[in-house]
Amino acid sequence: MNTMLLRLRRLFGPELPALLVFLLLVVVGFGFIAPRFMTMANFESIAFQLPVLGLLTLAMLAPILSGGLNLAIVYTANLSGLTLAWVLIQFGGPDAGYVAFAVGVIAAIAVGALAGAAMGFVIAYVGAHPILVSLAMMIFLRGLGEFLTRGGDISGFPDYLRVLGHGVVMGIPVPLILFLIVAFAWHVILSRTRHGFAIYMIGSNIRAAEYSGVHTKRTLTLIYTLSGVLCAVAGILMLTRFNSVRVGHGEALLLITVLACFLGGVDPFGGFGRVLSVVIALIILQVLSSGLNLMGANQHLSTAVWGLFLIAVMVLRHVAGRLPMLNKPKE
Amino acid sequence: MPMVMSAHSGSTTSALRLKNVSKRFGGVQALDALDFDVSQGEVHCLAGENGCGKSTLIKIVTGVYEPDAGAEMEYFGEPVTHITPTQARRRGIAVIWQDLALFPEMSVAENIAFDSLVGSRLRRVDHSALAQTAGDVLDKLDLQLDLTAPLNSLPIAKRQMVAIARALVGEARMIFMDEPTASLTQAETDSLLTIVRTLSAQGVAIVFVSHRLAEVLDIARRVTVIKDGQLVGVYPAQGMTQSRLTTLMTGQSLKHQVRSRDLSNAPVVLNVQGLTREAEFTDVSLQIRAGEVLGLTGLIGAGRTELAHVLFGMRQPSQGVIELNGKPVTFSSNRDAMQAGVAYVSEDRLSLGLIQPQSIAANIVLPILSRLTHRSGLLSRQLTAETVKHWINELTIKVGDSDDAVSTLSGGNQQRVVLSKWLSTEPRLLILDSPTVGVDVGARAGVFDIVQRLADQGLAILLISDEVSEVYFNADRILHMGNGQIIQAYSPADTTIDALESCIYA
Repeated sequence: MNTMLLRLRRLFGPELPALLVFLLLVVVGFGFIAPRFMTMANFESIAFQLPVLGLLTLAMLAPILSGGLNLAIVYTANLSGLTLAWVLIQFGGPDAGYVAFAVGVIAAIAVGALAGAAMGFVIAYVGAHPILVSLAMMIFLRGLGEFLTRGGDISGFPDYLRVLGHGVVMGIPVPLILFLIVAFAWHVILSRTRHGFAIYMIGSNIRAAEYSGVHTKRTLTLIYTLSGVLCAVAGILMLTRFNSVRVGHGEALLLITVLACFLGGVDPFGGFGRVLSVVIALIILQVLSSGLNLMGANQHLSTAVWGLFLIAVMVLRHVAGRLPMLNKPKE
Repeated sequence: MPMVMSAHSGSTTSALRLKNVSKRFGGVQALDALDFDVSQGEVHCLAGENGCGKSTLIKIVTGVYEPDAGAEMEYFGEPVTHITPTQARRRGIAVIWQDLALFPEMSVAENIAFDSLVGSRLRRVDHSALAQTAGDVLDKLDLQLDLTAPLNSLPIAKRQMVAIARALVGEARMIFMDEPTASLTQAETDSLLTIVRTLSAQGVAIVFVSHRLAEVLDIARRVTVIKDGQLVGVYPAQGMTQSRLTTLMTGQSLKHQVRSRDLSNAPVVLNVQGLTREAEFTDVSLQIRAGEVLGLTGLIGAGRTELAHVLFGMRQPSQGVIELNGKPVTFSSNRDAMQAGVAYVSEDRLSLGLIQPQSIAANIVLPILSRLTHRSGLLSRQLTAETVKHWINELTIKVGDSDDAVSTLSGGNQQRVVLSKWLSTEPRLLILDSPTVGVDVGARAGVFDIVQRLADQGLAILLISDEVSEVYFNADRILHMGNGQIIQAYSPADTTIDALESCIYA
């Protein structure tokens, strides 16, 4: 029994039980106070809203684990979405076929990967700080995107894209399926491959990792490239969800992704954190927001509640860390 | 005039008297019922090998650690039961650590007068007063330094003077100097001794803490020797020699056997010819045979670690040839070197040797991740667990759970984790750079037992250490390096440790 618990702890990390309790509290709480909360329609709406924020959060996760940050995620997603939109429009807009879509997706992912790789390369080989590099990239992408679109919306896409953004397969929203697949792949990459392993080691001590033979420069470049790819997936999903692309779409999500990572127990200084806990943290945030929404709260108020909630979590975590019964005895 | 204690100068009033001081950390008895006393104005030597408890003693005196129950302490004649670092400083106790704990980017004046900069109230920094304070202290020490120069533009010896001056601004009446001569040339040591004489005449007690005291024996009055946390004895400095000190500190010279085997028939693993790296070392040639332990010793700054870094591919040589197993090699990174069978145990275990916050298991398998990866691209959990288990057993690492952070282990056990991580790469050449730094005396023997066993299995080992006794008792041959060059080769069988020490510290 005890070894079973230990194995679970190893698989999910020490953060998970607390997060699940939180989730339960939030769901039960809203179930009592918000009348339409415990309905299929509500959970479905949560399932549709979660994936974009979720993909962007996963794109933020790996750089944070490596001791860095990627502030360019939203604009990378925008530019990737823009790439897809451009390809679709080149092939006739609403009349563009599946092949055009496939080409567009590949081009979008290539743009995301390129933006990420450029950041990773500068961070790894020039040694510039990730915050500065990704901030510069963010400003560059925003400027480029606004220049190309002149600040307007791009729309007019084929109807079949609605399936991706709004479709349901066996009762499960398609965006959620996409998100779960990506999250699982991300989990496997981070926890089961040597590159993932190296990301954690780099996050804790990059020089010691280099001394141990880890190709830290290549690994850092890879991390940001993969982060860019995830941004591209998020950008494609945003296009299909909103049926339009605008540079600046989802801008407010940037800081939420950072906070979702920390809520999920990711160490802000790198080296520790797990995909599964972050996913649970995302669900908590989304449930909070939809519950408040159902109670008629203003959307801005729900953002404020997110902030308060995160502060409360940090305080609770500190308190829990001092309770002897929750911690392993030292000796 | 804080530092002139004319009323006391020349008298033998006690500055510090400790009785029955013990300190236990977990399972380690760092200090065991130690007595220690120093008079005002006395130059005293505190001698012992690394890990004997010297630093623990200083930290108790300065209030960083609290001694275990039963200790009696007296500062300048006043009994003290409990002391904090601030109180210790107020009573006039100062420590100059080997790393000096100064601010490299700040100016000489700012460093010296630092404590007056840190006030509890917000106020303007008075630069002229600052320069005045700093200038006064330097005058008293009869030192000329550019007050506005940034500290990092000065050589180590000058920085040490700055550290001394800073202690004196804080009205120090007793100064501990931790390994003060470790990185000084003879001339610099001489000028340090001049300052020490000045201070002593002014009534300031000076305690030299070192395992190498030949230079300071002349001006010291007494020597306290400790070993394994226990007092060996207090001796008059007059008539003491470095060799007698070494015997007292190690207690080993007689019972220990030197290694020194004839391996001239074994194949050469590492052959280095004329290796040079600009500004670091010049024309280094050496050979290590399979099963051989080559000791490399010399003063700090001799270029030993720089040489090791080049052999490990972390930096590239500007000239010369490296041959491994008879084939010339060039490494563009340490990954190339690891591929070729070179492993490097860094002198800096805390920040380079191990990733302290990560688990023991992760640290052990880090260099061999590619070997633990399936064809599918996934790491094999089973292979990983087996590797970790194998090394924990093989090197008898004392761990509770291999998922615990490596920082929870003692120094000796951490060093075993470092060794297992490098042995798992199956090296042909193992470079050990100061492998016993921060490892307590009992655990050192264990580390060297492992080293000997590895050599017997045919590994070529380069053992770098500034503890002469370590290379003397563990290496087959010894090279003395100084100023970036190999100065002389020795065979432990043909020399004594005393002769060796006097050559190296000459």
